[in-house]
Amino acid sequence: MAKPAVLTHPESLKRPAGPSDYAKDPVNAAMSKADKLALYTKMARIRHFEQRCIRIYQQGKIGGFLHLYVGQEAVAAGTISLLGKHDHIITGYRDHGHGLMVGMGMNECMAELTGRVTGCSQGKGGSMHYFAPDKNYWGGHGIVGGQAPLGTGLAYAVKYMGLKGSCLAYMGDGAVNQGAVHEAYNLASLWDLPVIFVVENNGYSMGTSQERSTAHPGCLAKRAEGYNMAWDVVNGHDVYEVRAKTAVALKRAHEESKPTVLEIFTYRYFGHSMADPDKTYRDKEEIKEYRDKKDPVLLFEQELLREKVLTPELSQKINEEAMAEADKAAVFADESPDPTVADITKHIYWEEDNRGPKTTSRGTIIFE
Amino acid sequence: MAVISYREALRAAMREELKRDDKVVIMGEEVAQFNGAYKVTEGLLKEFGPKRIVDTPISEAGFIGLGIGASMLGIRPVMELMFWSFSYVAFDQIVNNAGNIRYMSGGLINCPIVIRGPANGGTNVGATHSHTPEAILASHPGIKVVCPATPYDAKGLMKAAIRDNDPVYVMENTILYNDKGEVPDEDYIVPLGVADVKRVGTDLTIVAHGRAVITSLKAAEILEKEHGVSVEVVDLRSIRPLDEETILTSVRKTHRALLVEENKPFCGVDAQVAYLIQSKAFDELDAPIHRVSSIDAPQIYCKRMEDLQMPNVERVVAEALKVLA
Ligand SMILES: Cc1ncc(C[n+]2csc(CCOP(=O)(O)OP(=O)(O)O)c2C)c(N)n1
Ligand SMILES: [Mg+2]
Repeated sequence: MAKPAVLTHPESLKRPAGPSDYAKDPVNAAMSKADKLALYTKMARIRHFEQRCIRIYQQGKIGGFLHLYVGQEAVAAGTISLLGKHDHIITGYRDHGHGLMVGMGMNECMAELTGRVTGCSQGKGGSMHYFAPDKNYWGGHGIVGGQAPLGTGLAYAVKYMGLKGSCLAYMGDGAVNQGAVHEAYNLASLWDLPVIFVVENNGYSMGTSQERSTAHPGCLAKRAEGYNMAWDVVNGHDVYEVRAKTAVALKRAHEESKPTVLEIFTYRYFGHSMADPDKTYRDKEEIKEYRDKKDPVLLFEQELLREKVLTPELSQKINEEAMAEADKAAVFADESPDPTVADITKHIYWEEDNRGPKTTSRGTIIFE
Repeated sequence: MAVISYREALRAAMREELKRDDKVVIMGEEVAQFNGAYKVTEGLLKEFGPKRIVDTPISEAGFIGLGIGASMLGIRPVMELMFWSFSYVAFDQIVNNAGNIRYMSGGLINCPIVIRGPANGGTNVGATHSHTPEAILASHPGIKVVCPATPYDAKGLMKAAIRDNDPVYVMENTILYNDKGEVPDEDYIVPLGVADVKRVGTDLTIVAHGRAVITSLKAAEILEKEHGVSVEVVDLRSIRPLDEETILTSVRKTHRALLVEENKPFCGVDAQVAYLIQSKAFDELDAPIHRVSSIDAPQIYCKRMEDLQMPNVERVVAEALKVLA
């Protein structure tokens, strides 16, 4: 029996989507026309990359699990667009959008999906395990909630080194019920760590709606109160709002070295993964409602059209270019070579990959 | 050379590495103010302050995961588990995260973290506090495991572990904490993956690790005195990496092998060592390989029975005589 949901929604979600309440927020007002176009372009690129993935998956070229980010683009786009040199991110397995946002190329991302040596992890990680530490992106993690302590540790390291930075640790609405997440919350608050826990609440953990997974009838972010942490709820369909509210949390991290839980309401259009027929737990009308009325890419496009930053022609051009880029990446991913059998036993140990007089290990470490 | 205890040797290793590298941080339950549940970290808070020596709440998954995350950015955390038995609540972090991240990132990331603490039975505390997970952990590529038996090895291995750029799990032993031994005054490390012949002999090779080495040395003494057999004792010191050459060299000399460990027999470390010997030195063997491990049951509480459950001198001597028969 589902409990009645008394969700604490962000104000802007309580009425039909329209012009953003946050267009004039300082972080958004400060954006140049070029910044806005770049942000829109990135969102469009995520959308087209993911949609291209569906086709490759259906051709049988992608193995394992494929979790798409379509519908959630504004979350990664809004939050990551604010980050600086010492701000880090880490997320779960729905990690493509974050990867593209930090500046990973479509080629390396697509080639990872097809298991190629040209992939970002050389075909060793797959869809759920993207990494780009040179871009402060620490994965891509397959175990629900397991990345929360790691993100807290990244924030700890930033603070330890005396840097003004942060870590954004993303997770889903299902992950908040993992013990590791609660332990991370407590540590983050207890030790005043500059971490922002971003709960991407898309309403479902696989086929389980949030009401069926979570005892507290209020919002998920409110759990932060139990840990003496600041929290906020965010309309994840509006990239301006995501930016505005993330900026507050970032400031708290940078200036006060304090953590925040941000619950960002969003929605995924496709099944949990490509393996999910998406027939048992929600109806098509619900998906249509979101697609038609709350689509984050469409809403931002309309916003920018109103602002006269974008024209229909320019928008078309941006989208066509993103599609063409994804097409090219698909070819790259298809034509790239596989790793070799010898590659299977590389990248297991740093000391093995860097054997020399100074390494601290000898003996047999890879067994027959 | 100074004669110090196993506990002091571990502490000296941490102390020296804390001084050498300001990225080294000691973290764990009760490690700072309380001076360590087993006093291994005693005095470190006073010397290095709360930034370097950090008390954590009882959240193994949380703080070990935090340490792993920090290690990805170049911090070198040395995490204390009050008992390795408690690692099981942090298994996901210890195995899935620390052990896999380098691989899954195609070598882009490494986790220079040390997790240390006691992993032993024999202390009359029942099954939940008596686990010896070295075989379980060493079965995961990406992870390194060492089990020092003496103060010299405890210090040298701990220092190597801290300098190592991969996750190294150091399994100590509460029963050995007060054991004394000679430790050099100057800086040294014991590289991982180098076994040590703790006693030279010609008739039988005993391969052991951790406290089973001490037990085996005592047994070797009796075997020599009462039965006239010369026993060589090979201390693995490191489980992964494993020094296969030293094991094989010894077996090629003695032609007989007895494997002793405090683990339960199923998939213990010695199952791997036995496979190694039969696959690479089968023709050298004059007798089947025998094993002495803990009797295959959860750790019993009753002290008198626990002493019998674990490899003890009598059991090792008896089994050695069977190999020699
Ligand atoms: C520890 C663990 N348990 C179960 C799973 C299987 N699983 C993968 S994703 C998922 C649902 C998680 O939902 P949520 O946290 O809301 O994230 P979303 O998929 O909606 O982005 C489950 C049950 C897993 N990967 N890890
Ligand atoms: Mg969800």
